Amino acid sequence: MTPVSSKQYADDVSLLMVLIDTNPLFWSSSAAPLSFSKFLSQVLSFLNSILLLNQLNQVMVIATGLNSCDYIYDSSKGPTSQRVESLLQKLEEFVVKDEELNKDDSVDGIGSSLLSGSLSMALCSIQRIFRSGSLHPQPRILCMHGSQDGPGQYVAIMNSIFSAQRSMVPIDSCVIGSQHSAFLQQASYITGGVYLKPQHLDGLFQYLTTVFATDLHSRSFLQLPKPVGVDFRASCFCHKNTIDMGYICSVCLSIFCKHHKKCSTCGSAFGQPQTVSTSNQKRKAP
Amino acid sequence: MSNYGNGKRKPVNEEEDDEDDDGNERDTEAWEKAYADERSWESLQEDESGLLRPIDNQALHHAQYRRRLRSLSSASAASRIQKGLIRYLYLVIDLSRAAGEMDLRPSRMVVVAKQVEAFVREFFDQNPLSQIGLVVIKDGVAQCLTDLGGSPESHIKALMGKLGCSGEASLQNALELVHEQLNQIPSYGHREVIILYSALSTCDPGDVMETILKCKKSKIRCSVIGLSAELYICKYLCQETGGLYSVALDEAHLKDLILEHAPPPPAIAEFAIANLIKMGFPQRAAEGVISICSCHKEAKFGGGYICPRCKARVCELPTECRICGLTLVSSPHLARSYHHLFPVTPFDDVAPSLAPNQHRRPKNCFGCQHSLLNPGNIPVHCVTCPKCKQFFCLDCDIYIHESLHNCPGCESLRDSKSVD
Repeated sequence: MTPVSSKQYADDVSLLMVLIDTNPLFWSSSAAPLSFSKFLSQVLSFLNSILLLNQLNQVMVIATGLNSCDYIYDSSKGPTSQRVESLLQKLEEFVVKDEELNKDDSVDGIGSSLLSGSLSMALCSIQRIFRSGSLHPQPRILCMHGSQDGPGQYVAIMNSIFSAQRSMVPIDSCVIGSQHSAFLQQASYITGGVYLKPQHLDGLFQYLTTVFATDLHSRSFLQLPKPVGVDFRASCFCHKNTIDMGYICSVCLSIFCKHHKKCSTCGSAFGQPQTVSTSNQKRKAP
Repeated sequence: MSNYGNGKRKPVNEEEDDEDDDGNERDTEAWEKAYADERSWESLQEDESGLLRPIDNQALHHAQYRRRLRSLSSASAASRIQKGLIRYLYLVIDLSRAAGEMDLRPSRMVVVAKQVEAFVREFFDQNPLSQIGLVVIKDGVAQCLTDLGGSPESHIKALMGKLGCSGEASLQNALELVHEQLNQIPSYGHREVIILYSALSTCDPGDVMETILKCKKSKIRCSVIGLSAELYICKYLCQETGGLYSVALDEAHLKDLILEHAPPPPAIAEFAIANLIKMGFPQRAAEGVISICSCHKEAKFGGGYICPRCKARVCELPTECRICGLTLVSSPHLARSYHHLFPVTPFDDVAPSLAPNQHRRPKNCFGCQHSLLNPGNIPVHCVTCPKCKQFFCLDCDIYIHESLHNCPGCESLRDSKSVD
């Protein structure tokens, strides 16, 4: 039995973690280019075609909600016959629960989904696949994201990106919203995934199958969308301006656009802005 | 410099011959050697009734990790979130005759080089804005192998090319050299030395105590990892300068000890003066443009980054602009260090036999959905996050704290966000 399975787990077997944005505020807003049900039907066909591509392919779906995240589907569990039914049922339960958790209605605008949570969960699952032995499907993450970036999630999302980079897991992103997502641009660029913002969302299924369906090995033979220039400039903590040059606190690495007397993040007091040449004399003085 | 290296090569060969002779003198049979080298007894342990059984590696590993995590969190709780994130570290490698000893296989020096390679990579992963330099001690003198720099590959290449041991070790010479080099760095940087010391003696030209005092005055944090036995002078050095002294028991222990130095140490206010550092965030140069790069001094096609102050082209980030001296980084380099400032709280242990609360306990790990029940519905050992009260398996616990630096439970809650 073992030699057979070892042959089966070739380099074209994939584990696809799909993170679906279920933010109700986004899907009900005017920013959503198509209805959630249309979106779902296209995604479901895509998931089915992934599973048809290879018998050993595995798909897991995580819902990224406004107040929580949860696993809603795992193709390795349960019967294959009622795939869609079980997914939809779980999804409905999730959406209802997510709405119950929504205590304050004071969210202005669309609000951001908890992408950091679902990314972290996906990475934990992928680590389990890595631990399962030397033979495992090649994991990758596909973020289908619509709502805008939440600045509060920046550190957590960057942590997830670096962890994915370390374990060589590419993060693909398919942005459904009207704006580009700076987080996902960075995620795909750093981890070597594909970032795509489809122009015509009626043909979402077409985009998904041509760009995101191929396994990692076959990707090298395809002409996939090239990463557009990712802006790695930082924004300062004081005015949130994007800056070319700035001052960094040596203790906590906070970014400021002007020279301050005291760091607003860690509270260290600063001396004069320092250059390498003056530091030598200073050091010898006492 | 190259002449210097060639001059050194000859004695190395002689040294190797000597060792072959030593091996013959010991005159051990092949079967004896197999036992002596494999150390098969180390993979067994005795249980309460004196029976021998294989070591439960996973449980041991996890217990070890928990201990480390707890000691780390207690240390960081005492101090504020200040860490020495900008480090200038010299790694001193003892390549004296003692490094040729074969108690670690194939020899101490090869094992040390392997661990240094792993350490250098891990170091730059965790401290992208820091710099390392390599120094070797050989024939009683210290020699600077690489200057302070931020590229892991160049350090590793330089070390692997110079592997060979001879002569005596000299602690004083190494410290003097490092002291001289580290005196030139800006005052916001944390000066550190890690010495991997194989020898049991130091052969110094003067008073080593004076040099230690000098290092102490210059706020250089010296740590020593011994490979043979504890030495008073090393212990004294570490005590005086606020470093760590440890002696490796075996290869795995050596690895742990070295990697302990990879996360940034807590910042000590007097050691480095907090300051604002001017940095540039260069943009990627347009594709298809030919420009002369300032680091390799040759024309390059496309790619690269443009210094925002002097518009010179550099190939890689992070670096220092060769023309105007501005530190060039990109925002992900800064973000890579943020997890040191906002660490995940250690998870609490959950006793496996928690009978009354059985119904409250979820069946699956929140992170990876792995079952928290052994076959036969016996609950396994698991942990819980004190903030979001989600349950995690031990593997996820390690992954979350060592690599991910996010608690998936807390990240999936909007409420916890607003508290932060």
